[in-house]
Amino acid sequence: MTLLGIDNHLPALQVVIPLMGAPLCFLLRRPVLAWGFSVAISSATLIIAFLLLQTTLQTGPLSYALGGWAAPWGIEYRVDTLNGYILLLVTAISTLSLLYARTSFEHEINSAQLPLLYAGWLLCLTGFLGMTITGDAFNVFVFLEISSLSSYLLISLGPDRRSLTAAFRYLVIGTIGATFILIAIGLFYSMTGTLNMADLAILLSKNTESRTFHAAIGFLLIGLAIKAAIFPLHLWLPNAYTWAPSAVSVFLAATATKVAIYLLLRFLFTVIGAEHSFNLFTLNQALLPLGVLAVLIGSVVAIYQDNIKKLLAYSSVAQIGYMVLGITLVSLSGLTATLLHLFNHALMKGALFMAVGAIFYRTGSLRIADLTGLGRTMPLTMAAFLISGLSLIGLPLTVGFVSKWYLVVGAVEANQMWLAIIILLGSLLAIIYFWKVIEIAYFHHKSSEAPVVNEAPLSLLIPTWILVGANIYFGIDTRLTAGVAEKAALLLLGGTP
Amino acid sequence: MIPELESGNIALLSMLTPLAATPLMLLLHRYPNWRETVSLGAGLVLLLLVIQLHSAGTTPLETTTLAAPVTGISIALAVEPLGLLFATLISILWLATTVYAIGYMRHHDESHQTRFYIWFAIAISSAIGIAFSANMFTLFVFYELLTFSTFPLVTHSGSREARLAGRTYLGWLVGTSVGFLLFAMVWTWILAGTLDFRPGGVLAGHITPSQGGILLGLYVIGVGKAALIPFHRWLPAAMVAPTPVSALLHAVAVVKAGVFTILKVVIFIFGFDLVNSAWSQELLLYAVATTIIIGSLIALRQDNLKRRLAYSTISQLSYIVLGALLVNSASLTGSAMHMVTHAFGKITLFFCAGAILVTTHKTKVSELSGLGRQMPLTMAAFFIASISIIGLPPAAGTWSKWYLAMGTVESGQWLLLGILMVSSLLNIAYLLPIPLNAFLGSSGNNKSHFQEAPAPILLAITFTAAGCLFLFFWPDTLYQLASSIHLP
Amino acid sequence: MSNLGLYNYWIVITLMMIGFYTVMASHNLVKTLIGLNIFQTSVFMLYISFGKIANGTAPILSESHTLYANPLPHVLILTAIVVGVATTALGLALVVRIKDAFGAVDEETITLEEEKEE
Repeated sequence: MTLLGIDNHLPALQVVIPLMGAPLCFLLRRPVLAWGFSVAISSATLIIAFLLLQTTLQTGPLSYALGGWAAPWGIEYRVDTLNGYILLLVTAISTLSLLYARTSFEHEINSAQLPLLYAGWLLCLTGFLGMTITGDAFNVFVFLEISSLSSYLLISLGPDRRSLTAAFRYLVIGTIGATFILIAIGLFYSMTGTLNMADLAILLSKNTESRTFHAAIGFLLIGLAIKAAIFPLHLWLPNAYTWAPSAVSVFLAATATKVAIYLLLRFLFTVIGAEHSFNLFTLNQALLPLGVLAVLIGSVVAIYQDNIKKLLAYSSVAQIGYMVLGITLVSLSGLTATLLHLFNHALMKGALFMAVGAIFYRTGSLRIADLTGLGRTMPLTMAAFLISGLSLIGLPLTVGFVSKWYLVVGAVEANQMWLAIIILLGSLLAIIYFWKVIEIAYFHHKSSEAPVVNEAPLSLLIPTWILVGANIYFGIDTRLTAGVAEKAALLLLGGTP
Repeated sequence: MIPELESGNIALLSMLTPLAATPLMLLLHRYPNWRETVSLGAGLVLLLLVIQLHSAGTTPLETTTLAAPVTGISIALAVEPLGLLFATLISILWLATTVYAIGYMRHHDESHQTRFYIWFAIAISSAIGIAFSANMFTLFVFYELLTFSTFPLVTHSGSREARLAGRTYLGWLVGTSVGFLLFAMVWTWILAGTLDFRPGGVLAGHITPSQGGILLGLYVIGVGKAALIPFHRWLPAAMVAPTPVSALLHAVAVVKAGVFTILKVVIFIFGFDLVNSAWSQELLLYAVATTIIIGSLIALRQDNLKRRLAYSTISQLSYIVLGALLVNSASLTGSAMHMVTHAFGKITLFFCAGAILVTTHKTKVSELSGLGRQMPLTMAAFFIASISIIGLPPAAGTWSKWYLAMGTVESGQWLLLGILMVSSLLNIAYLLPIPLNAFLGSSGNNKSHFQEAPAPILLAITFTAAGCLFLFFWPDTLYQLASSIHLP
Repeated sequence: MSNLGLYNYWIVITLMMIGFYTVMASHNLVKTLIGLNIFQTSVFMLYISFGKIANGTAPILSESHTLYANPLPHVLILTAIVVGVATTALGLALVVRIKDAFGAVDEETITLEEEKEE
């Protein structure tokens, strides 16, 4: 690697490779080629992300001046343990869900649209990676819009016509959110004259009384809350996840809101500073009720869904609530819990949406009532669904347990017993909505005249089971996940007195 | 055998043995005879390993760490007398139950037998894991695994009734363990900084008496498997399962895992002084005493034989919890012994109930009159086991009830002693009429002739009933283990 | 400075509210997009007025000027305008597809159609 000096440019390549890959992918025309090409691109980003995380863990944060213009005037790409971890998560999920995507897309989508779809996918990936890696506030907005526009496109290509309206509604709400973020960044700039995050952090702390600052924080929070689907701004999410193509649901459910949560952490802790965010403006007290309501209402609404993807989507709303609760604790265990849950929730929701995609591939239905007898006819798919669902509930030896453990520890440490009780109550609600599905799949028998259903093809099962395996592996050996999450949490809290 | 193995490693092997048998069972699902041979073989290996542990002696602080899912907390195994007692009990009775199940499942023509044996083996593996847990976290992990691995056994028939019972089962067990036990565990960890089981407890000095009272309550309620009223509903519900499951899991492994957890918490997390100074001790003792009486009273009113036995189990489990909460050497010895003696007695009773079902298709107590002439062996075993549960010589229950009574005296709890006595009378009232009626009552119009249960069933019943008598005449090994559980 | 002296901000706020109201209140998807455009444009105005200083000129060094306006917000907003155009284009494309699929661009009709499929 050192041969060409490429390793010095890894931060730029992380974003440039998928960005350049997208138009090429579209030019390839043949769906199989486009698929193979995008898998190659996505794998390359995965390798780069891995190398970047390894470097930051060994030698500390990396700073890269884009185009040779030094910060704070030029755009800085900055990789530390926190965003290195997010980069790894996003690229890993993208690669796995692309592997899964071919069979699933061929079944759901007109083959003429496929190269376009893969190009959109790579652009979306570019957006996520750019938002995560950049150290420049305006750059965040640009990449945010790249990922948003391409995800509207990806969602609108879903097999049901309701995907169009879901994409349109997401476009309207998403644009409002992004514009709010743009306003906030503009207000920050008007106060300080800089867009570099590190520079902003220093300059903003000198002028905390300014009303512009307060307004900027308000706009920023609402904008990010829309993007992260934090209750009550989550309304776009259930429809978007439900009607998107199966593989797109996997990709977006496991990454989109995670990146937005990352941005929330970055702005609250690094740019505004933990002390200002939580001691001066007590934003944690504003977020706390939202988190609690998200957990409770998201879970309860999930119980009443008839559509399996909608059920999972509402469950995501609840799980995002857990991440928000971890942030509001502003402690090492709380933040570790949030960061762990980012990763762990991606693993379990990814696996769940993959299993649901495999079911849709065979049965053509998303209704929970149509799952009858699948425990027998699609045993491997349903077993994957079962295990990742148990992980969602938080059974020990799965990833779900580990992140809930940290969260409950964080709550009890902060002497907030009632919060610990709410978290555990959320787990119990998860059992109810999840067990409803399991009972139908395993206990109800199909009527004899129903068409025969076979097990899903291996090309869908293998990526699903890789994620299921990860659900168990990272539930037992948490050196990588909890270790890195804890380091990243320490990094975020570094500024707290 | 294998001389160089450490006790922790043997514990690990014994936990893995039933698990290792499951792929073989799956492969052999078309050859029932071989499948059952594997099951018996695994049982035999497990028993040998546990016997090896007895001879190896126990060094409580030697642990075998398997993984560390959360910083500072590991999944680890260790061997100490109480765990060894529990593991021995399970391994002996698993073998007996497998023999019994072969007769029962085939004769009763149950479906999905491979699935049945596989989940059974996994459940046993989890129970052994509980027995050898080196810390509360490991115990909790296996505790949850036991809940989920027994769920397919409870709902084995797949009927609507089984599904609803499965909901009750899972709801109560997971609800209490996640809502209270997990919470108590997290709290303990934050207060004490460790979840290891250490003689004398880990909480001393880290906790105020008022916190201690709440925490003790959370633990006792959180262990739903101990079936304290009003958290007992899952146990009668679980009776829809095939009889071998009710016998081994819902009279021995699962419920004993519950009381075992409470004993572990009291001895190794709290320590004696802390329990004695907890304000909730008295309150919990009376809750337990109430369970003893109410459980017996409900049992008295049940006509369904298995449900009557289930309520009897609820009542008897509280004896063990009572001994644990009294925390003196006599009461703890009594508790540990009662775990074993009640297990032998109750499993025999369930075996008999299953034998009656298989042979005569009768499930109600009121239908059993005169059955003694048709099934003399079964009903004789029922009689012996009843005597043991009641606590009369010459059956093993005598000893455990004796030590429990001594325990109440040592603590000066005369009221509790009275409750134990009253409950014994109630035991007589709901158990003894069954065999007496069977032998002395009239069988109605039908001319009954000798027709016993299939041979494997009879073999298992004879073995466990003989166990009830054996432990009365030769209780030394049991007593030595039971009286050393709380010694460092 | 009087409140009127900040008239550019008043214009921004008015435009923003008009846009926001149109997005919320309009049942016609095209009108929703128009509202969204007005909403975004107000932010462009906000950025541009940040950069402007009374009597400031373009930042070209010359003897006769000492007060310069900041050109960076203009550059930033060029990007945002491009994004806005892309959003509008994608939104309109979606409206065309929705019209094909549901036979309407009216929110209420579409919702009725959707409910039929539940």
